[in-house]
Amino acid sequence: MMELVCPAGTPAALRTAVDAGADSVYLGFRDETNARNFPGLNFSPEELGEGIAYAGRQKRQVFVAINTFPRVGAEHLWQRAVDTAADLGATAVILADIGLIDYAARRHPSLRLHLSVQASASHVAAIRFYHDAFGIRRVVLPRVLTVADIAALNAQLPIETEVFAFGGMCPMAEGRCSMSSYVTGHSPNTSGVCSPASHVSYTRRGMELVSLLAGSTINRFRIDEPAGYPTLCKGRFKVGDRASYLFEEPTSLNAADMLGELKAAGVTALKIEGRQRGRAYIGAVVSSFRTLIDAMESGRAPPPEIVGELRRLAEGQRSTAGAYGKSWR
Amino acid sequence: MSARLSLGPVFFNWAPEAWRDFYFRVADEAPVDAVYVGEVVCAKRSPFLAPLLESVVDRLRNAGKQVILSSLALIGNEREAAAMVEATGSEDFPVEINDIGLIPATAERPFHLGPFINVYNESTLSYLAKRGACRVCLPPELPASSIVGMAKNAPVELEVVAFGRLPLAISARCFHARSEDLHKDGCQFVCGRDPNGITVQTLDDEPFLVINGMQTLSYTCCNLIDEIDTLAAAGIGRFRLLPLAIDMVAVAQVFRDRLDGRLSAEDALGRLHMLSNGLIFSNGFLHGKEGRRFLPSGA
Repeated sequence: MMELVCPAGTPAALRTAVDAGADSVYLGFRDETNARNFPGLNFSPEELGEGIAYAGRQKRQVFVAINTFPRVGAEHLWQRAVDTAADLGATAVILADIGLIDYAARRHPSLRLHLSVQASASHVAAIRFYHDAFGIRRVVLPRVLTVADIAALNAQLPIETEVFAFGGMCPMAEGRCSMSSYVTGHSPNTSGVCSPASHVSYTRRGMELVSLLAGSTINRFRIDEPAGYPTLCKGRFKVGDRASYLFEEPTSLNAADMLGELKAAGVTALKIEGRQRGRAYIGAVVSSFRTLIDAMESGRAPPPEIVGELRRLAEGQRSTAGAYGKSWR
Repeated sequence: MSARLSLGPVFFNWAPEAWRDFYFRVADEAPVDAVYVGEVVCAKRSPFLAPLLESVVDRLRNAGKQVILSSLALIGNEREAAAMVEATGSEDFPVEINDIGLIPATAERPFHLGPFINVYNESTLSYLAKRGACRVCLPPELPASSIVGMAKNAPVELEVVAFGRLPLAISARCFHARSEDLHKDGCQFVCGRDPNGITVQTLDDEPFLVINGMQTLSYTCCNLIDEIDTLAAAGIGRFRLLPLAIDMVAVAQVFRDRLDGRLSAEDALGRLHMLSNGLIFSNGFLHGKEGRRFLPSGA
């Protein structure tokens, strides 16, 4: 049975995800140790303890993402986050930094370690490095691989793979991108944010709405168009005279049509992105995927209304199979 | 001892002969003691350089330079992985590893770590030193506080990128091809037209980023000429210059003269402005600010 791994940015979202059929919920602490360090989001240690208890009563698991790169002089903050997750009984921690993984493996030998997508381990030897050195049990695969690549990896790997199935997608190798800090001073690796809201502004210019990040134009929209959030790599830019979505269109990943292929490729778990999302969204996406997985596992066709619902929920109502299809490259 | 200079690998798709002649001139004239060679960005380019590699390496070695083979930054498939393992496993070269998967299983043979490996703190540095890293070029995103913190009791030699367009991101997707409506598999090597990468502008014509195949670079040119003496005093023994299609030999000479005290910071900056063909300088990452900014020394 494929495992469904769902995001929770708040205790209420955790309960919603569990009630909607998540097998596992992943979350982070309310600080810079996780890659979704947004205002008003995430968990205190007390809330984590309550969340683990709530999930445990329904035989579900909680993973704690501690997946930014510890800062020199403050490594103890990240180490303490690992200790707290372990002490409160989290099923696994999701880590990216080699030094922190080494710490977790030595200090908590029985704690399950998952390799975050932020570690950008995209081929057998890279994944094997983390497995052999630290006993990593599961790798969250970068969103740059095709289904054929994933199948080839699973044929050679001794560990579980988890892949993104729905939500935001990065066109860049995750954990190796400093575009956001180049423009705003804050990046996923150092601050746990990309294109932070604190640096976003919108300004009206004639019949246009301009979206800006740290004062630079990321996109322009007609007044009657919906204006998207100015995520750096989803903006429109010019090369020569030609404007285009050079890096990536403002679409979100939707692999709902590919669950059978991903299962055949040996994937253990499907991951929904979106710890920053509200309860209504989490509930709708999680229950849709629960239905799709249950249908697939019992050999039934996916209900068309569910497929339509997921298309509707995708960002900007446009979705893509991303790198899972080779034409993306 | 005065700090040393390295020349990083050429990121851009230069014509093979231009690539060779660049290294020949570096061998003959550039005051750098270590030179990194090899294709870092796109595996499709490697076959063009391979036939010239031996002559380049010989020329550099005969000039007394240490030659290090740099690996790809993003290994995209098992075929590329196998080719990289073979290339970096050769006894002929020290290697610079830019993808974690290339770290050997045993620490018998020391290796260098490139700026594409996430070494953000002392624990990671110390672990990778135990695994055999002998020199680490730190990620360009790091602020001085992190660099200086790691330089204290560093178990290996640390290197800091001091000049050039900074690598900001790498993707499985080729943006150069995409900008021409081409697919990566049929890219026609359009990246070869732009020896310093191609500028990406905002819709309001602000120069913003630079693309080079699958790589995204800073539009601004990192320039730490104002800061290298402070970093050297904090224990950084080596600075890396990233090649651009400008007079890199002269750029290296300015850095050498500055490190040796023959040029003031102000004069050195003035010379770099003259050599830079209109490049805009930046040093924001070092100051813990936006990487694209240029802050005066002491800011």
